[in-house]
Amino acid sequence: MDGSVHGISLEDQIAQWRSYLNRRQAIHSVDVAELEDHLREQVEGLTSAGLATDEAFLVAVKRMGDLDTLSREFAREHSDRLWKQLVVSSSDTGGVAPAVRKDALVALSFAVLAGIAVKVGIELDLANSVYVRNMSFVVLPMVAGYFAWKRQLQPRLLVVLGVVIGGAMVFANVYPHVPEGSTEILTAIHLPIALWLAVGIAYAGHRWRQGGGRMDFIRFTGELLIYYVLIAIGGGVLTAFMAMIFQVIGVDMEPFFEAWMPSMVVGAVIVATWLVEAKQSVIENMAPVLTRLFTPLVTAVLLGFLATLLWTGRGINIERDALLAFDALLILVLALLLYSISARDAAKPAGAFDVLQVVLVASALAANAFALWAIAARITEWGLTPNRVAVLGVNVILLINLAWSAVLYVRFLRGSGSFSTLEKWQTDYLPVYGAWAALVVIVFPPLFGYR
Amino acid sequence: MDISKDLMAASSTPIVLAILAEEDSYGYAILQRVRELSGGKMEWTDGMLYPVLHRLERLGHVKARWETADTGRKRKYYRITPPGRAQLVEDRKQWQAVDATLRGIWKAISISNPVGHLAPGIPISQGA
Repeated sequence: MDGSVHGISLEDQIAQWRSYLNRRQAIHSVDVAELEDHLREQVEGLTSAGLATDEAFLVAVKRMGDLDTLSREFAREHSDRLWKQLVVSSSDTGGVAPAVRKDALVALSFAVLAGIAVKVGIELDLANSVYVRNMSFVVLPMVAGYFAWKRQLQPRLLVVLGVVIGGAMVFANVYPHVPEGSTEILTAIHLPIALWLAVGIAYAGHRWRQGGGRMDFIRFTGELLIYYVLIAIGGGVLTAFMAMIFQVIGVDMEPFFEAWMPSMVVGAVIVATWLVEAKQSVIENMAPVLTRLFTPLVTAVLLGFLATLLWTGRGINIERDALLAFDALLILVLALLLYSISARDAAKPAGAFDVLQVVLVASALAANAFALWAIAARITEWGLTPNRVAVLGVNVILLINLAWSAVLYVRFLRGSGSFSTLEKWQTDYLPVYGAWAALVVIVFPPLFGYR
Repeated sequence: MDISKDLMAASSTPIVLAILAEEDSYGYAILQRVRELSGGKMEWTDGMLYPVLHRLERLGHVKARWETADTGRKRKYYRITPPGRAQLVEDRKQWQAVDATLRGIWKAISISNPVGHLAPGIPISQGA
């Protein structure tokens, strides 16, 4: 450090020192401000005693003490800080709090807006199929809107978002679907997937074409799911509790729940979105932790499945919807792969967990191959219904994604490829899912006669 | 002279409280005062003062406030509270007791055995 300080201004040096301190979990920004005041006064004292500025800085930093020891002392006094806390109202620093509060208010407004949209939709008492087709529009545009506000999207991206969401609304509603027919249900399922990638554009902003931006969106999606589940559980407990205590005084809460539950369910998505945003730098990501936990278990189950399959020589009992189960399996394996990639430092050398990942992907591919092989023979015999084509299409897309991932992973393990190639493959492949979902929404209904 | 870590830790609380009993102060000035009072013999690592101050704040012995100093920077000042003063009185009693004990023993050994070197002829046990 001694040699490098020459020619750098005192402010730069202090800024750098401050950033080192800020990285310490036990030292909060208020304390950093306090320590910085100390450092500056020390520097002033030393320079007035005749030292050059950079010398004074070095001495002052040295007197402040070694960062590790300092951080340990702070941690001993503030042991609660080692548990990362999500404090929405920021502490006594001032400055930060208004921005945080504004963010919370905007998120809450979007949540209320989504809730009202649902309520209005229900009160209008429209045909069932209108709801089925438009479900995704009550919440996803709100999430996109929140990010558009938060990221202050450029007008160009806003136009893209508007076109995507507007186009989706048109395609969802113009087709004369047979009520509750297959193509209508498929539209209802695939529309949110396509729109979710539009949310991704809003989330990543101008970084949506870059791997980093997309990977952040993947992380966000995982955390959102976990937060949503937690909120849903909390909401369930609260609901049960409310019903219980009101029953004691002879009030039936059932009609109230019926009237407002859908709004709550939808509004909670936005609240969860905001929570993930607010806490992303405060709390450890959960999805990679769960991934670590479940990767070995899922691998064991899959290997067990394959071993039983080979040992007993049972053919796969092909029923009409068997492939759906394997789609779900591939999605699960892809999620496990994706979230361990998202948390992995690309520069680290290959380890035992990487080998496990490859075994997981390979065994999933093997299991899927059995299913696909058994089904391909009979799919023409059953006829190509929209459902079957959709399920088969998803399977093929997932298969390509996972198979090439496995190849890249093996290359990485053998040292002939880098991990970032694998990461790039995953983020580059993401739009394929959106494109497929869009295809199902736009092309399938006319192709299959809206049945 | 290096004062041992344990002794530093034990004495820091009464020293800080006593300095704050003189007048409200802030980290850098407290350290200056310690240096001045000890004639430079007590050299604290600057940063370590702050966890001590924060602990005293948590215990309610001092109260902190942010003020804008003449330099225009925001500075955190500490003021001793009534419980802090009570603690200081208590600390003082304890330290005086320790001090009195040590004085007594210093006097006793300085007669027979000058500080600094062992009396000749005392066998050093070899450790059975």
